[in-house]
Formats: sequence, structure tokens, C-alpha cells
Amino acid sequence: MSELSGLYALWEREFRIFLRERSRIVSSAINPLLWLFVFGGGLGSQVSVGNLNYQTFIYPGVVVMTVLFSSIFYGAYVVWDKRLDFLKEVLVAPISRVTIFLGKVLGGVTDGLIQATILLLFAPIFGITYGLNLTLVYAFLFILVIGLVSVGLVIGSMMESPEGFGLIISFVNFPLFFLSGALYPLSNLPTWLTIFTAANPVSYGVDAIRALMLGTHTFGIFVDFVVLLMFALLMIAIGSLAFKRMKL
Amino acid sequence: MIIEIENLTKRFGDFVAVDSVNFSIQEGEVLGLLGPNGAGKTTTLHMLATLLKPTSGTAVVNGYDISKESALVRKSIGIVFQEPSSDDLLTGYENLKLHALLYGVPSSVRKKRIEEVLRLVDLTDRRGDLVKHYSGGMRRRLEIARGLLHNPKILFLDEPTLGLDPQTREHIWGYIERLVEEQRISIVITTHYMEEADRLCDRIAIIDHGKIVVLDSPESLKRALGGDIIRLEIKQPDLDALKKLDYVKKVDARDATLSLTVIDARSHLQEVLAVVGRVESVELHPPSLEDVFLNYTGREFREQEAEGGFWERAMTMRARK
Repeated sequence: MSELSGLYALWEREFRIFLRERSRIVSSAINPLLWLFVFGGGLGSQVSVGNLNYQTFIYPGVVVMTVLFSSIFYGAYVVWDKRLDFLKEVLVAPISRVTIFLGKVLGGVTDGLIQATILLLFAPIFGITYGLNLTLVYAFLFILVIGLVSVGLVIGSMMESPEGFGLIISFVNFPLFFLSGALYPLSNLPTWLTIFTAANPVSYGVDAIRALMLGTHTFGIFVDFVVLLMFALLMIAIGSLAFKRMKL
Repeated sequence: MIIEIENLTKRFGDFVAVDSVNFSIQEGEVLGLLGPNGAGKTTTLHMLATLLKPTSGTAVVNGYDISKESALVRKSIGIVFQEPSSDDLLTGYENLKLHALLYGVPSSVRKKRIEEVLRLVDLTDRRGDLVKHYSGGMRRRLEIARGLLHNPKILFLDEPTLGLDPQTREHIWGYIERLVEEQRISIVITTHYMEEADRLCDRIAIIDHGKIVVLDSPESLKRALGGDIIRLEIKQPDLDALKKLDYVKKVDARDATLSLTVIDARSHLQEVLAVVGRVESVELHPPSLEDVFLNYTGREFREQEAEGGFWERAMTMRARK
């Protein structure tokens, strides 16, 4: 009983703090818009992918980039909880570590989806209109964000300082982003690059969202779904373990 | 017995933080763990709160084994940590609500119970303010209220007034005394402030290098010294002459300070001064816990203030984000 109410309480806390820190929401929306308008607009004046304008082509990729960066960065809040000693209050409560982990995940997923929503509001500018697909877009983002938030939380659970965390995640974020096909199509790549992009779970997120929005894909939406689901489940398992091992 | 501790031991590598500690705590009692920093007080508390696993030995808290029944132990206790552990981006009320949900306080009594504990620590009118706007003392009070929220049988207070100014400290003591009066609860306080232990505790366990040196009521501890204390500053004391005086129970010489435990010290002061030699200053006082500590450990109790202080932690937190 207290597991469920505890889960809700932990989620509610993250959500409240997110809403209280408006600067976080605004700043998280500005970067992707720069990518879309400046990078996409600049390169798009010369380049197109198939019959798609480049700006339109990278739009799904930038949506995924937004949730990627914000989800991984979310792990910093575990480091802060340690710093603030708030984590002690949570760890001494009569709820399991798995519940604590899942509460954090839910908070991160909410943050990530809200940030994605802000960006999705700009979609019509890039000539993207979706009908029923929007539900599926959210479903895929949801599964992807669960996995990515868990990656951030696992790293956060092992770090002592926010500075150290920041350093580590820059080595995680950029490879995942550049190797995801967010900025270029994954077909006709050199073999070594194909290996990396195929091993990157984020590629499947980009592929799915792009398929739903633009109708072009590399892996196919069913493969995307299976891979992302396995990624999410695996990361939940690893994350639960990491939280069980976490020391004060 | 609400808590029974048996051979509780914690090692960190080669370092023995808590060394085969045995004692028990009665229901409704306020017990103090008094000792210098690093004596093992907090480690003991964290083991009792199931945050740390003992290396060996065990304890039973409210009838539950700390090693096997941690969830039940956790429901039986409330704990106020040495460092502030509330979320400063939530309001006081929200921190309490979060705690109530984490501990499964039924929704039918949740609101009422939160109001009760807020009233107990006089924070009712500040309940809607973000904790980052609270003073150090208010934050402590909020966390004491939080520790009581789920009606625990035992409250652990880890250095409840560390780093607070004297006036705020006095305030917090007042709240703890009120708590003892109004709530039927056992309390374990760790502290390195003699005055705090003396004022609040029914019994005091003096702990040094991970071991309980002695455990008794403050009065008995002091009485057991068997006299008053005469403290002299003197370069070359005549120790042989002192030993001939049968009312001098104990002589403790270090550097240029001489501490004597003397029966009926007031009437014997002149005689002592006559034989001891050229004295630079004299101090006579009834025995304090300081003297008790010196007597049992052979060392002065140095009050180290700052290390890991509550207030410094609170300040660094403001820098968050």
C-alpha cells in the first residue's frame, strides 16, 4: 500500500519541482529550436533528403534529441538528492528501492514528454501534420524516454558530484545523438558506421518517430517497437539494481 | 525495552567505528549518546535505522530485528538527520505530505496529522512557504515534525542543534522538551554538546572510539565522581603533598593544569592551596559531564564545532542549480 502511495509521492515531487523551475522548461525548448531553424534552415537551403526538405527531415530527429538530452540529464537530480541529503529521507522510508527508482523514472518521463510536447507544437511550421499518429508518437516517445531516463539515473546513482556527472554524460549524449540518424538517413552508410548506428537504441526511436511523421523508415516500425521495449525493460532492470546498490 | 542492542559492531575496512556495543532503551525514555566527533554515534544510529548493515551483532527495535525486519523497523521509527534533508524547492506542507505518502499514512488521517505536527513545532503559519526561505532553526523544526508524522514509537535525533546559534538551540531544546511531555515516545539523541545531553536526557551513554564507556543518569554520573572539582593552573605542583590529603579523591595532571576531585571542596580549598605550591589560577565547580568524560576516558572533551555543520550544508544547498 505504501509502495503505491510512495510511488505517487515521488512522482508528484519531481513534477512540482519541474513546474517550479520554469527556466528549465524554457531553456530546454530553445536548443532544439536553434537546431531546427539555424542548422536545419541553413543546411536545408542547399540540401534535401529524398523529396523532403532537410529541415523537415531532421524535425523528428530533433524531437528525439530533446528527450535524449533532457532524459539523460535528469540523472543529475539523483546526484543533487544525495548532495541535499534528501535521499536519506527517501532511503529510510519503508518502501523498496525499486519503487524509489520507478518513482524517479516516472518523474523523468513526465518531464521529457512535456518538453517533447512544447516542440511538437512547432510541427506545423515544418509542414508536418499528424492525425491519429500523434498517439503512436507519444507511445514510442514514452518507451524511449523510460530507457533513456534509466540510463541517466544509473549514471547518477554512481556519481557523487554534479560536476562529475556533467562530464560523464557529455560522453554519453553526443555519441548517442550523432549515431542515431537524427541528422542524416541511415541508408548507404559505410559499414563501420552502420554497426554503431544499429547498436544505438536511440536510432530506433528516431526511425519510429520519422516513420510516423514522414512515412520514411530504415528498420520498420515493428522492429523499432521491439528494440525500444527491450531497451526500456533492460534499463529498468539495471536501474533497479543500481538503486539497490546505491550507498548513502 | 523498546530497543535492545547486542554486540553491535560496524567496521569500515580496518577501522572499527562501533565496537561491540550493548545497551537497551526503555519505553518513554530519552537516551543520549554523548561523545566527540567520530566516536561512532551516527554510525550506531544509522544501523538502528536500518540504513547501514551491522558487521556483526544485532539490535531489536520495537520488537523487530534490524537485520531481518527492516521495513517494520522503519515504520516504528522517526529520524531527524544531522544534515538538513528536506527538499528546499517544496513547501513545508508538501514535504510533510510527501513523508506521509512514503510512510503510508492513511488518507483519512493525513491532513489532520500534518496539522497536528505543524502546530507542535509552531510552523502552521509558514506551512505554505518554500523550505528554501526557512531559517536553519525552522528547517530543523520541520524535520522534527516530519519525523513524528507517522506516529513512530521511537524518534532518533542526530545532533539536533549542530551548527545552530545559541538562541535557536535553546528554542529547539524547548520543542524537544514539549515533545517529551505531549507525545508518548522514546527518544535517542546523539550529541557532542554536554549541556544538551545534561538538559534533555534521562540517561546518557558516553561513547568514545566506538565503545560505550559508561551509561547512567546525568546525576548519577556526576555523583559517582565523589566530590567537586578544583581546577588549578600551576607550573610545579607538589603531587606528593596532595596524595597525603585523604579527601582528595583523584588527581589528574596534564601540562600546566591540575584537576582534583575533592570531597567537600569548599571547606578544604584553603588546605589544598597551602600545600600544592604556587598557583596561577583556581576554579572550583560541582562536577560536570565534562569532568565525567575526562574521568572515564582520561581525555579532555574537545568540542569541535564546525565539521559538517548543519548551517554550512544549508548554505551550500542554496547554490543548487
